[in-house]
Amino acid sequence: MPAVELNNICKSYNDNLVVNNVSFTVAQGEIFGLIGPNGAGKTTTIRMMMDITKPDSGGISILGESLNEATKNRVGYLPEERGLYRKVRVLETLVYLASLKGLGVRAARSRAEELLKRVDMLPHKEKKVEELSRGMGQIIQFLVTLIHDPQLLVLDEPFAGLDPVNTKLLKEMILELRNQGKAIILSTHMMNEVEALCDRILMINKGCTVLYGELAEIKSRYRNNSVFLEFGGVLGDIGGVVGKKEHGDYVELFLDKETPPQKILRQLASRGVSVNRFEVSTPSLNEIFLQVVEKGR
Amino acid sequence: MNKTILILKHEFLHMVKTKSFIIMTLALPVLVLIAMAILSFIQGIEKPLVPSDVISIGYIDEVGGFSGYTEQPGEPTVTLMGYNTPEEATSALLAGEISQYFIIPSDYVATGEIIRYTLERELEPPGKIQWALKSFLLSNLLEGQTSPEVIERTKAPMGLVSIRLDETGQVATDQGGFGALMVPLVVGFLLIISIFSSSGSLLQGLGEEKENRVMEILLSSVSARQLITGKVLGLGAAGLVQVVIWLLSAVFLVRWISTTIGGFISTIQIPDNFLVLGIVYFVLVYLFFAVLMASIGAIGANARDSQQLSMLLILPAWIPLWGLFFFLNNPDHVVSRIFTMIPVTAPLMVFVRLGTSGIPTWELVLSISVLIAGIIGGLVLAAKVFRTFVLMYGKRPRLGEIIRCLREA
Repeated sequence: MPAVELNNICKSYNDNLVVNNVSFTVAQGEIFGLIGPNGAGKTTTIRMMMDITKPDSGGISILGESLNEATKNRVGYLPEERGLYRKVRVLETLVYLASLKGLGVRAARSRAEELLKRVDMLPHKEKKVEELSRGMGQIIQFLVTLIHDPQLLVLDEPFAGLDPVNTKLLKEMILELRNQGKAIILSTHMMNEVEALCDRILMINKGCTVLYGELAEIKSRYRNNSVFLEFGGVLGDIGGVVGKKEHGDYVELFLDKETPPQKILRQLASRGVSVNRFEVSTPSLNEIFLQVVEKGR
Repeated sequence: MNKTILILKHEFLHMVKTKSFIIMTLALPVLVLIAMAILSFIQGIEKPLVPSDVISIGYIDEVGGFSGYTEQPGEPTVTLMGYNTPEEATSALLAGEISQYFIIPSDYVATGEIIRYTLERELEPPGKIQWALKSFLLSNLLEGQTSPEVIERTKAPMGLVSIRLDETGQVATDQGGFGALMVPLVVGFLLIISIFSSSGSLLQGLGEEKENRVMEILLSSVSARQLITGKVLGLGAAGLVQVVIWLLSAVFLVRWISTTIGGFISTIQIPDNFLVLGIVYFVLVYLFFAVLMASIGAIGANARDSQQLSMLLILPAWIPLWGLFFFLNNPDHVVSRIFTMIPVTAPLMVFVRLGTSGIPTWELVLSISVLIAGIIGGLVLAAKVFRTFVLMYGKRPRLGEIIRCLREA
């Protein structure tokens, strides 16, 4: 049973179609990247999943059923537009928001203290939220998302505004959650984080799905069939190479469609070229993102 | 625990723990007590009349015959001293023998004009001085023409005692008058303050949650209906606690003060249905305002914007106060009846009428029915508006968008 299943959902505001026939599934124990440029429809899609906004058409299934009060208690949501009660103390905030997720007050208090300890913020539990730094506030908000031990976490831009230390902490915790079998949807503009964390991705642009699938498969689909080579000796002409680009201490060799990289490596070895580095070039997700968005304009 | 009850509990406790709520709730009865204690103290120190309270007034009689009745009884006693010339009177005034003097000109009987001289700077002659002069002139003008008793009656010809009879011809227990108006008017006023305070807290809370972006977290945990219901009931319960404390302390204080202080306060009456109507109108009008405030909270771009929008609701509620003199004198006028039926103006209007002529039962039933219908209609529209606009950050929806949303609802 997938943790999330969206089937052909559509949503429009004032005759403007902001989500157009989007479908995807997210499995348990998976980190799923939801990416796209600003205004692509990511947040609207998430809000429909969270039952904050109703879709005009299409079906949404969360943890095997349509989102109701019981399933809401099994979902953790970190919205992009975030904040907390500024005048309320950290522990009180965590306990109140956890109780709205079905946790008893005593259990919520114990869990809150456990999580605060995990992020080294236990000494701050009696502080008012307004007394915390922005980064600390965001960590507290992240704790709100997982305090009730949800099966599904939806994190909209979780790393925005975090310093490298807190980013690392958050990434570690996300991976821990994945290892515990939780399904995690990660919506972010930080493509390096998506590449580091996600198993599969969905990219939407102007409300439509433009990329969907395994990250590795998508990257191989967008490979431009070139290799990076750092060598010693004389290179000469190599069969199957249609172009060459110097990058200082290494070169990029562009291969024709029929030549696999292994064939080049064999040729180099037979000529006695000393190979210090041989790497099949793969476009970064950021490059793919830019390429897809540019194409859509 | 039910999530609505969790929100209700959170909002209630959060509200009753605020300093402003505690001060407002407890300070009011305490302030009334202090005011009454001061009044009692002033009454106590006013009573004894010492000899220095005798006021000496000089006069020059150019008509002739104004020489009798120079002692005018009252508090303080006024003694009139005759002088032959203005110069003599002025010397006496400057010497402090008299506090003022007046001239009765030779044409006084024809013109009625009296000229007064004093060293004091004042807005107008004090009432007790005017009364003393009037008494002196009347006594001397009527001397020998009628009996002293008739002269005294001429000075105060009427002490009107008005008695209200009930339908059976018996003396009614509720005699009306300012004593009957006092409590309902003050309570109606306080009711409005409490309603605005509670519904204003709802508005401010929603505005802050929208501004702080907590709203989206809440809506991922509870439905919009649960959120609004919990908030409305939680803050309403806190307001109700405040109103019940005020109402009970009003009953207690009025009874206690009327037996200990007396005077005008002892004439203050509390209408029979006062407590029940106070609570019923608080609950209904609060709910009516609360559902509308929830919509305004969703529409407003931020807390300040919502506060400004809410003035559209708050200002009309004070209409009965703006036209208070008209409504006090015409409690059964068609305009008064209409304002009793309009939910926004009903609480103040009901209590103004309750303190004056009373309200027929059918009008109360109609007024309450209109309020209930308003609450149900408002709730349907508020839920739709809230859900549609509450996550619209930074800008207020256009009127056209709101109308379209309401049409779809």
